[in-house]
Amino acid sequence: MSGVQTMAMAKALNAGLRQAMLDDPKVLLMGEDIGPLGGVFRVTEGLLAEFGDKRVMDTPLAESGIVGTAIGLAMRGYRPVCEIQFDGFVYPAFDQITSQLAKMTNRHEGKLQMPVVIRIPYGGHIGAVEHHQESPEAYFAHTAGLRLVSPSSPNDAYWMIQEAIASNDPVVFFEPKSRYWPKGEVDTSASPQALHSSRVVREGTEVTLVGHGAMLAVLLQAAEVAAEEGTSIEVVDLRSLSPVDYEPILASVRKTGRLVVAQEAPGFVSLGSEIAATVTERAFYSLEAPVIRVAGFDTPFPPAKLEAVYLPDADRVLEAVDRALAY
Amino acid sequence: MSYTEATLQLLSPAGSLVESDATAEYLPYVEKLSDDQLREFHRTMVITRAFDLEATNLQRQGQMGLWVPSLGQEAAQVGSGFAARDQDHIFPSYREHAVGIIRGLDALDIIRMLRGLTHGGWDSDKVKNFHIYTLVLGSQTLHATGYAMGLTLDGVTATGDPETDQAVVVYFGDGATSQGDVSEALIFAASYQTPTLFFLQNNQWAISVPVERQSRTPLYLRPAGFGIPGIQIDGNDVLISYASSRKYLEEARSGGGPRFIEALTYRMGAHTSSDDPTKYRKDAETAHWAELDPISRFETYLRGRGESDAFFRDLAVEAADYASDIRTRTLALENPTAELIFDNVYSEPHALVAEQKAWLENYESSFDQGGAA
Ligand SMILES: Cc1ncc(C[n+]2csc(CCOP(=O)(O)OP(=O)(O)O)c2C)c(N)n1
Ligand SMILES: [Mg+2]
Repeated sequence: MSGVQTMAMAKALNAGLRQAMLDDPKVLLMGEDIGPLGGVFRVTEGLLAEFGDKRVMDTPLAESGIVGTAIGLAMRGYRPVCEIQFDGFVYPAFDQITSQLAKMTNRHEGKLQMPVVIRIPYGGHIGAVEHHQESPEAYFAHTAGLRLVSPSSPNDAYWMIQEAIASNDPVVFFEPKSRYWPKGEVDTSASPQALHSSRVVREGTEVTLVGHGAMLAVLLQAAEVAAEEGTSIEVVDLRSLSPVDYEPILASVRKTGRLVVAQEAPGFVSLGSEIAATVTERAFYSLEAPVIRVAGFDTPFPPAKLEAVYLPDADRVLEAVDRALAY
Repeated sequence: MSYTEATLQLLSPAGSLVESDATAEYLPYVEKLSDDQLREFHRTMVITRAFDLEATNLQRQGQMGLWVPSLGQEAAQVGSGFAARDQDHIFPSYREHAVGIIRGLDALDIIRMLRGLTHGGWDSDKVKNFHIYTLVLGSQTLHATGYAMGLTLDGVTATGDPETDQAVVVYFGDGATSQGDVSEALIFAASYQTPTLFFLQNNQWAISVPVERQSRTPLYLRPAGFGIPGIQIDGNDVLISYASSRKYLEEARSGGGPRFIEALTYRMGAHTSSDDPTKYRKDAETAHWAELDPISRFETYLRGRGESDAFFRDLAVEAADYASDIRTRTLALENPTAELIFDNVYSEPHALVAEQKAWLENYESSFDQGGAA
């Protein structure tokens, strides 16, 4: 496969996983229903048939088991890629991820690497039942030893999954599940952007919007509406949630003087809070207004019929933009 | 995994009573059942199936985001559901619609949950201690065990009076048995000798993963390693489901400690409405289990006992009415208002939640005034 193709993010991830498996025989996939079913989102479709059940493992139904054994496999030289079926089901593995996986390299005084990828479909917009629409990034961002990334487009998905697998540190790979289906161009021959880098995806002069994953589509929509009303907005795709690549954000803020950070996750002690604090520290004299956060409410993710109220939409982003511009 | 030599059965798939040494101790529980009780077993299975099929249709027509069918598992649920006494507590997983109906649950409440109107759906105090569904696999086995520990601490079990002594039933699936929580529940239950009946519905599949991936040995053998007696039953036989659950619950409530039943049954439908079982299972297997259907088997049995045609005809009408009432009331359901997001996050006032609730009210009213954004 080479050149530019149009595909959905689920397909792009599938293609990226396949390429990683072709490139390195130590890459293994593990997870619930990832075999004959191809995963509940079909991200691993066809991979069992191509690579066999020693490399595509339909595991017993136990998340702690999946991540815990992935750690052992990594000690043995494998590069496991674990699929967690839905965001809300990662917690049985929380101990293995935060107390074990994240700390192994440190506890082994650098002599052990932990090239484990944990793929988590996350976020709302799909009208699903409880535990199926959460955004748990902050729990993991708070844990030293884990790297966190989240693509927002098929092209990034294709490349970032391969870069995550190539990383010698554990990577929690957040897949914005509402973006699995929209199609986009994937350039399989381009050289990829560095994994832990953010990127300006729309240029503008008056306000900077920063977000990640499914939020990007909302931010771009807000920027479009604002443009019609005569406001020029710059949009930055975070891509890497830990570490955060601040330079493009700071450069943008130095230009616009205003920053709105948006996320689906609850706002209290979140990525948005962290970015707001850091930008305030580092670009204080460039700011014309306080950094404003737009976030999910600090409540459980509500029943599906209320998700549209809970999830920040373009209107909520624009309300924050208005507040920033009012200073 | 189909029936084995160890599988206890009172009613054959052909609908006749089977007597064996292994089931002799279970037969008396069935012999005590009145004709009316037997009719009620059948009635509940038929109504549950009609409800389930109607809900499946409602989901297809866009009335629910998701439906979780109970199709094929009626006997396992109805037998064990009727075996519990009113004072018992029941911790379901998410597929035990028949048990809920037995406990007096308005089945519309299940629809309300899966339609996305609520995360819970009912108050267990009002439905004979039928607790709300749990979607995170296996979690409820620990809650059930802790509840049973509380019963022991309170001295409301093992007093010697089966009419008042309380026990707990917890339902879970074959896939869930792999979760650490389930093993931990068995450990706690054994350690504290709780009055818990672990009722495993082995419906052969965890979405697309066959039970053989979860366990190399039949699952009823697992509790022995924890010091808990376990048996395997034909889960499509409502009589053995009732008798074994009744017996085990009486043992548990009288101070005998926890018990474990593996009910072999089959998920005749998809895992949920989002699932496509043709991707992973064979028609021959589904056809095999269709032959073992719990409802037609029991109908044959009742007819053999002389039950009238009229009973079955009337029941068909009642089930159709039940389903159409569910449809009518589903279509009339109203969406919740935004306050629900903030209500009951805590049981006492919380500054941040209150602030955000007020913010949202203000924000939404700015649209009414043609402002915002
Ligand atoms: C901790 C956790 N992991 C994953 C899931 C997703 N999931 C929902 S149901 C299911 C299969 C459950 O199989 P089983 O326990 O046999 O119950 P059944 O659905 O067959 O009744 C899975 C993997 C979940 N609900 N909870
Ligand atoms: Mg099952």
